[in-house]
Amino acid sequence: MSDETTSRVDVLVAGGAAAGLCAAIAARRAGASVRLVEAAPAALRGGNTRHARNFRIAHDGPARYVPDGYRPEEFWADLVRVTGGDTDEPLARTLIRASATIAPWLIANGVLLQALDQGVLPYSRRTAFLFGGGKAMVNALYATARQLGVAIACGTELTALRFGDDGCEAEVAQAGTGARVIAKAVVVATGGYQADPARLRIDFGAAAERMVVRGSPYCTGRGLDLLLDAGAVPVGDPASAHIVAVDARGPRFDGGIVTRITGIPHGIVVDRTAKRLADERADTRRTHYAQWGARIAACPDQLAYLIVDQDGLRRAGPTALPPVAAPTLAELARRLELDPAALDATVRAFNAEAAGREPAVRPLTALPLAAWPLLPGLTFTHFGVAVDARMRVLLRGDRVAPRVFAAGTAMAANVLRHGYLAGLGVTLAAVTGRIAGEEAARAAA
Amino acid sequence: MPPREVVEEAERVLRLCSACMYCDGVCAVFPAIAGKATVPLADVAHIANLCHGCRGCWYACQYAPPHPFAVNVPQTLAAARRLSYADFSRPRWLAAGFGRRAWAVAAVAGGVTLLALLLVLLTVPSGILFGVHRGDGAFYRVVPWGAMTTAAGLSFLWAVGSIAASTLAFWRSIAPAVPGKIVRRALGPALVDIVTLNNLGGGGHGCNDAGERLSQERRIAHHAMVAGFALTVLSTLSAALWHHVAGVRAPYGFWSLPVLSGTAGGVLMLAGIAGLLALEVRADPAPAEPGETRLNRVFLTLLGLVAASGLAVLALRETMLMGLALTLHLGLVTGFFLVLPASKMLHAPFRAAALLRAAIDRIASPPRRSGGE
Ligand SMILES: Cc1cc2nc3c(=O)[nH]c(=O)nc-3n(C[C@H](O)[C@H](O)[C@H](O)COP(=O)(O)OP(=O)(O)OC[C@H]3O[C@@H](n4cnc5c(N)ncnc54)[C@H](O)[C@@H]3O)c2cc1C
Repeated sequence: MSDETTSRVDVLVAGGAAAGLCAAIAARRAGASVRLVEAAPAALRGGNTRHARNFRIAHDGPARYVPDGYRPEEFWADLVRVTGGDTDEPLARTLIRASATIAPWLIANGVLLQALDQGVLPYSRRTAFLFGGGKAMVNALYATARQLGVAIACGTELTALRFGDDGCEAEVAQAGTGARVIAKAVVVATGGYQADPARLRIDFGAAAERMVVRGSPYCTGRGLDLLLDAGAVPVGDPASAHIVAVDARGPRFDGGIVTRITGIPHGIVVDRTAKRLADERADTRRTHYAQWGARIAACPDQLAYLIVDQDGLRRAGPTALPPVAAPTLAELARRLELDPAALDATVRAFNAEAAGREPAVRPLTALPLAAWPLLPGLTFTHFGVAVDARMRVLLRGDRVAPRVFAAGTAMAANVLRHGYLAGLGVTLAAVTGRIAGEEAARAAA
Repeated sequence: MPPREVVEEAERVLRLCSACMYCDGVCAVFPAIAGKATVPLADVAHIANLCHGCRGCWYACQYAPPHPFAVNVPQTLAAARRLSYADFSRPRWLAAGFGRRAWAVAAVAGGVTLLALLLVLLTVPSGILFGVHRGDGAFYRVVPWGAMTTAAGLSFLWAVGSIAASTLAFWRSIAPAVPGKIVRRALGPALVDIVTLNNLGGGGHGCNDAGERLSQERRIAHHAMVAGFALTVLSTLSAALWHHVAGVRAPYGFWSLPVLSGTAGGVLMLAGIAGLLALEVRADPAPAEPGETRLNRVFLTLLGLVAASGLAVLALRETMLMGLALTLHLGLVTGFFLVLPASKMLHAPFRAAALLRAAIDRIASPPRRSGGE
């Protein structure tokens, strides 16, 4: 490549969602010159952060945006519970400690948090809510980064990365045109690989065929591949992911929060043969829907149906797309293309059993009925590259890359290899992004 | 867009919003649909009028185009709002003014003004029309007091009557069935929302008036315009008192209450109108609805002309141009009042009604709360 297309910068940040933006801002504030490349075009910038709502923070007193308190030990206990203790403890403790100061830091960088008396927030002492949600956060961070003098290029992808002890050399491509960037340090904050269908097929087999990707189509895992090819140590399980039930009629990518179907405990879920998959009321905690993704993925055609009656419909809450409605069970079966006799038998069996249950379960009887077709919806994968507490990427052979840092989902599996804690994704992205940015600026100084 | 499509699009979008609720802190629209899978038809008009067009939800929306869901709440609700003006305006034929014929409204006002000018030019001898008049009753030597008050008074009564009837029709369709006690308790909070334009403040940090950057420009400009308007009302009322009670006839001295409040009001109103018109021009067109933009521009221009011509009367009242300025002002005022019931003016009482309904709902049926992930 010719010299005209070569530029120099202290810190190159790849990925323009929460982690990358926090890294770019932190590095710039630390005095480094910073360039940020985001694969998505401007209108769709911000990765999965666009779809987030709230984030988990340790804090020891009520604030304008979060009630009561949530001690670091409680945070740690919650993390141990969902991961079964399989986590990098020093890193997790760093995350929890830093979560205590991330809200004020984000506010100082233009992010608006929703005050407790605004809107109709549910009580949540563990999480703070982003005013307007993740896209508003992304907009605010872009505006701040730009104001601070970060050079930002949307629609620009990191396509190659070489690094050594003295510096890094990257290639970035915009609309097919490549350019070389010589950087003193690089932060890779390009998220996971959940939007790469080929990779999903390898890791999830047939279940990947119709898997819906709830987040950005730009999270293709390219950044991770570049790191792994350069010798980074992988962490986590590529075949483990956070998968929920989503409306099958939603878009293949970027459906976000609204296509999630949360009304499962108020009805029955059947597959294409009209058989129920599991007891819908066994677990009605707010996290129950994370279990249904895998169950639906195991169904024929990865397709299932949630069926509710009028009573269930009232309790199920609003969904982005109206359910399929039918005056009778036979008609519903016809509309869903299920065997009417089989569905009838399933509902009869459910109703017969419902009366005898302790505590009693409402039978499915109040007509008309309603149904949503369901597919497995992938939120994120539990796989990434290993880092140390300064977010430096660990290399095979017990080495560390002194100038290459990873932040956000790209390294989340160091802390979270199983399960999920509500609001951990954004906290982890912001905290590790901030640390990576500061460390990258130091490495570049 | 045909009315049915406007409502269907509003229902589609509000349903999506209700499933998302990330914007619940932005304004009163979102708490009003929280937990509701479907919005009854009448409620679409109510919710459309709750929307102040602050555009906060447009910039925050993860489903805005190019997302396939193509959600554009400000535009969708602006269309539904315009439909509600047409649906509830009384007499019903006024509905046409809210559609494609919005410029006809301006033409009526313009026509009336020209007519007034013509009448005066034809009936008032030019020696009087272009004479310099001073002292008690100077104005009435050009336009007789009777003609002046009849034209302005009748058109004003028409405007008030029609707008009141339209507002009543709208309120009947959105009024919740609750005891009077609750309505009375809601009056205070509703009044605060109406007067402070709470829903144009983005919870204190501002709205997306022109683009992605937050500002309070629109709220401030609107406040200036309304305050200016209130001062001109004060001017008119005090002038009536001077005339009928104190028996002093216009023109009044510069430092008199009618002239001082009228001047300050006119200037303030013009400043506010200039601010709002500038925003109409500068603002990102993506979340705008062309029909509403048209309504806004016609209304602001007319009101601006009324205010400017009022100031012109004051500035020119001791010159030979007083007669023309006065006629122009009277023509504009009369024309303005005549078209007021088919103008953007309806947004004020309709929005007030919607804010009252929202305040009642907050007391009578607090919305269901929903969380994140
Ligand atoms: C529907 C949904 C709802 C969620 N809700 C919440 C919530 O309420 N609370 C919470 O805490 N978490 C939530 N999460 C998780 C949270 O969104 C993520 O954990 C967080 O956004 C991760 O941020 P990130 O910066 O690490 O990367 P991502 O958001 O994954 O973004 C990666 C970025 O990198 C860019 N990119 C990818 N490859 C390249 C490349 N080669 N070159 C340049 N750029 C590249 C992408 O365009 C993207 O912008 C949710 C996720 C989803 C899908």
